[in-house]
Amino acid sequence: MEFEVLGNKDTRSGFGEGLAELGQNNPDVVALCADLTGSLKMDAFQKANPDRFFQAGIAEANMIGLAAGMAIAGKIPFTGTFANFSTGRVYDQIRQSVAYAKKNVKICASHAGLTLGEDGATHQVLEDIGMMRMLPNMTVIVPADFNQTKQATIAIAAHEGPVYLRFGRPVMPIFVKPDAKFVIGKADILTEGTDVTIIACGHMVWKSIEALKELHEMGISAELINMHTIKPLDEAAILKSVAKTGCVVTAEEHMMNGGLGEAVSQVLSRNNPVAQEYVAVNDTFGESGTPMELMTKYHIDTPDVVAAVKRAIARKSIVI
Amino acid sequence: MENNALAAIASQVRRDIVRMVSAVNSGHPGGSLGCADFLTFLYFEQMQHNPAFDMQGNNEDLFFLSNGHISPVWYSVLSRAGYFPKEELGTFRKLGTRLQGHPSTDKGLPGIRMASGSLGQGLSVGVGAAQIKKLNKDQSLVYTLHGDGELQEGQIWEAAMYAAANKVDNLIATIDANGRQIDGDVEDVLSLGDLAQKWQAFGWEVLTMNGHDFDSIRIAMQQAKSLTGKGKPIVIIMKTEMGQGVDYMMGSHKWHGVAPNAEQLTVALNQLEETLGDY
Repeated sequence: MEFEVLGNKDTRSGFGEGLAELGQNNPDVVALCADLTGSLKMDAFQKANPDRFFQAGIAEANMIGLAAGMAIAGKIPFTGTFANFSTGRVYDQIRQSVAYAKKNVKICASHAGLTLGEDGATHQVLEDIGMMRMLPNMTVIVPADFNQTKQATIAIAAHEGPVYLRFGRPVMPIFVKPDAKFVIGKADILTEGTDVTIIACGHMVWKSIEALKELHEMGISAELINMHTIKPLDEAAILKSVAKTGCVVTAEEHMMNGGLGEAVSQVLSRNNPVAQEYVAVNDTFGESGTPMELMTKYHIDTPDVVAAVKRAIARKSIVI
Repeated sequence: MENNALAAIASQVRRDIVRMVSAVNSGHPGGSLGCADFLTFLYFEQMQHNPAFDMQGNNEDLFFLSNGHISPVWYSVLSRAGYFPKEELGTFRKLGTRLQGHPSTDKGLPGIRMASGSLGQGLSVGVGAAQIKKLNKDQSLVYTLHGDGELQEGQIWEAAMYAAANKVDNLIATIDANGRQIDGDVEDVLSLGDLAQKWQAFGWEVLTMNGHDFDSIRIAMQQAKSLTGKGKPIVIIMKTEMGQGVDYMMGSHKWHGVAPNAEQLTVALNQLEETLGDY
């Protein structure tokens, strides 16, 4: 149950390191950015590969189109901007020129969710997972920490097809081993348990790890799954776990509508409809504040995971 | 190619267009007819291209149709240029066809490298493809076609600014300036102002041509080609008539997206000589 904290870093820096490594090892990788090179940590790639870096300016729609055009001749374009401008602002460009046209574009989105913090609701996109997982041909990945974001960045270059890679701004503990193998679509089982299955993604994986200690003290045996790939979803891992535990808590830094929780509930309703509780933002915009203040206020913090586990287990006993 | 040979192909292309849209009572004949001469010239004289289609298209000229609704003219020209059998034109817009209402790649129709239909996206795609040609030291060119109404989309101007700022000088964009869009004349719906000045202000070389005169098209396209590699992207404002070749479709926006019925089709076909054999 003990998780070794290997350091503290932001997931966007994991993206930056992964991209820089790809720049050295894969001549087909090109990168585009819409005036947020520093924020996305794309500077290292830009510096080492100026001919393969394209500054699009504050024109995200054009950036997505450029990337789609660049993919035709076999390049692997990585676009970088904030999650809000990577999805809602350019949804139709992604839909037609990338997803429908099956172009090998990697849409890399930083500053996702509430933990963008002080900039407030205009920039805190909480709908992006839903938008992207609705698109046919799109793979959706939300890595949990710095190391996993780096590993995922490298892994998606080897995957043929459109990918949405979502990461964030705050410095968070690192717990994924630096040599861990990232497999798209294969969930990481972090702890095995028998009373409840917690399925989390992104920053909420660490919040769920924090919850494990309290749950353990309460005598609750939780199985924690890091569901870094939202689409394609690892249905087998979910069903195997709930067969054992009989209830589920999903935890995500996203709207309840359209996100990981909804994806999991689809699997459950079709196969094994057990009690599910959601830790997610409930149909509201965010606001300015520090990342941790916002997670508390909008109920996606460690105590919210604990409370949701208790509710899920309580519902399970009523059913029995 | 001789002008009369080009004209013969364009006549057959126009027959294909009206027969295709009439057969399914849907599609966009107006702009398709207006661009028949241009696309015929592009595929039969201007571009270095390979009908044994390869998606990557390295070391050959590429064409992107940004105003995807005029798919009938593109499908006809691709077929007549040898990309796929002409009989397949009869499947246009029918369930299971590779000839989707708007061009797509997911059914694998040879000659098509990008989906289009939602307007304003094709210039960005063309610019991206052109930049990779430069990166790959590929000397071939990228051509794009856009409607004039399509220029109301903001993404076009994002791409225009980007292409000039980055000296994307291996790209030749053409504007189908027929002055019409669905709701009426472009001038009335949302005026583009002085289009040539706009493109010049964005840093492009601007040429003009008459899209129904092969000599005019040839002069402009050869000049455009000679201007490549000189630091500026190139745009050709091509004056056309929506519905060109079918008298009752000309002079109005009304045949933008309306198909002729059987009777109207007969009238249209009487005006368009069958030169290469109908599909």
